[in-house]
Amino acid sequence: MSAVGWGAIAFWLAAWGANSFLANRYPKAGWVKALVPTLFGITLLVLWQGLVRGLNVSPVILPAPTDIATAIGANIPLLWGDFSQTILKGALAGYLIGCGAAIVVAVLVDRSPFLQRGLLPVGNFVAALPIVGIAPILVMWFGFDWQSKAAVVVVMVFFPVLVNMVAGLAATDALSRDLMATWSASYPQALVKLRLPAALPFLFNGLKIATTLALIGAIVAEFFGSPTRGMGFRISTAVGQLDLPLVWAEITVAALAGSGFYGLIAMIEKAATFWHPSQRGK
Amino acid sequence: MKKSILPILTVLAAIVVIWYAGAVWLNSQWTYDQAARAGVEVTFSEMVSDTLTQARPVLPAPHQVAKGLWDGIAGQKITSKRSLVYHAWITFSATMAGFGLGTIAGILLAVGIVHSRAMDMSVMPWAIASQTIPILAIAPMVIVVLASLGIKGMLPKAIIAAYLSFFPVLVGMVKGLRAPDAMQLDLLRTYNASDAQGFWKLRLPASMPYLFASLKVGIAAALVGTIVAELPAGATQGLGARLLSGSYYGQTIQIWAALFGAAILAALLVLVVGVVERITLKRKGMAQ
Repeated sequence: MSAVGWGAIAFWLAAWGANSFLANRYPKAGWVKALVPTLFGITLLVLWQGLVRGLNVSPVILPAPTDIATAIGANIPLLWGDFSQTILKGALAGYLIGCGAAIVVAVLVDRSPFLQRGLLPVGNFVAALPIVGIAPILVMWFGFDWQSKAAVVVVMVFFPVLVNMVAGLAATDALSRDLMATWSASYPQALVKLRLPAALPFLFNGLKIATTLALIGAIVAEFFGSPTRGMGFRISTAVGQLDLPLVWAEITVAALAGSGFYGLIAMIEKAATFWHPSQRGK
Repeated sequence: MKKSILPILTVLAAIVVIWYAGAVWLNSQWTYDQAARAGVEVTFSEMVSDTLTQARPVLPAPHQVAKGLWDGIAGQKITSKRSLVYHAWITFSATMAGFGLGTIAGILLAVGIVHSRAMDMSVMPWAIASQTIPILAIAPMVIVVLASLGIKGMLPKAIIAAYLSFFPVLVGMVKGLRAPDAMQLDLLRTYNASDAQGFWKLRLPASMPYLFASLKVGIAAALVGTIVAELPAGATQGLGARLLSGSYYGQTIQIWAALFGAAILAALLVLVVGVVERITLKRKGMAQ
């Protein structure tokens, strides 16, 4: 192994020592809570770079981070086209339709405890199934373009959101409901003023799970047929050409999009459920 | 539990009715086209009976899927390439290998995180952030790259299954190992118990309910990972390969049968974990 590799390992040990020291010396400080994971992430990248260069790993197997960064820089229009095809059209449209439908269905079945008792176990069961397997069927029905990807996403996000929303609507305690009754609040009033706000923490839980599912659904569905753009299409064709830096560039975009999407929902959650104990402590 | 059987059956019956209606509606186009080409008029009842018996329907009717499933499970020799049991076994073995690897790695890392503050602060944020990455979407790529290295068969699929089941187990186990409250930890300290004794006698038993909850999530995730890992072209075995070949040749009944085979497998796996959970918690005196 060359000097680059040993240098990376030395950097790793030094960073680990620094992290241990910081974590034990200032366990409560805010800047340490941000610095320690950042240092760890940088260390992983340095170690990756050093080992790939030091051991002369072929770029066909694992490209170095700098190769990936170069590939991202060289292919920005291509990556943006794939991003808008897969994420903005397929995943986002499906996410909005699927989550909207799940919320509406949850509110509709809310008046019938009978339907709830039936729907909740079935929904829980379906949420555990390998739903992504319906992708070939939906690609057959809706064609190759983004509509079929959105349809896969709708089915994938529907059940987790539905189950969480139904549980959320049932989450008010008897005392609050009695209070609404003593004010002779009508059903819609109680729904809007008490039960929908009380369901929000549960709903956001489902919405956050659904963000990752939406991206997975949109990308995997492209493996079953797609127009000549899109992240799943690019990944499968670039693998065929052994253009691994481009594949990793797409993966980086997918990872950033996934984290950004999740972060966006988490931010909305923070603004919408500021009153909930889980948000107040921060 | 008894109270909810009737509602569940009602919902299931409603799904079947909607399914039949959908099958008639979606398949009728083909029936009318065929009739128009042959120059004959079809009555409504003829149309309905035809839509439910097509060889390559847009949406197969439930009884066709059930027949496909039955043929796949009981109508073939188990070793036959057309047997769903054979393909399910391939998928199942890769799932279990990956699930085992992922669970062991998750538990070990959780133990490390609970005992080392530096590890906790460095690894946990990344472990949580990695949940938001659509890792499953790149599973087929991992398979192709490993295949170009000469690694084929069960191992690449098991790696993806292990990766997917790893994080639920890690997060659940960290939570579980931290579940004992300060009073219980203090009690062990008054007994002058060592860290290792505290781990074996308090933390590990206390983490069991959390572990099993995340094992259920993890085994379902491992199965999904294995099926997606079987999708890339060239795979010929496993439920995922059945899905793909069905979609290439327009064999909709085969796709649906494989899909239901996967659903049954998922249900069985979660059920087995649930049974083990109940037995373990009962012996530990933690059963609800």
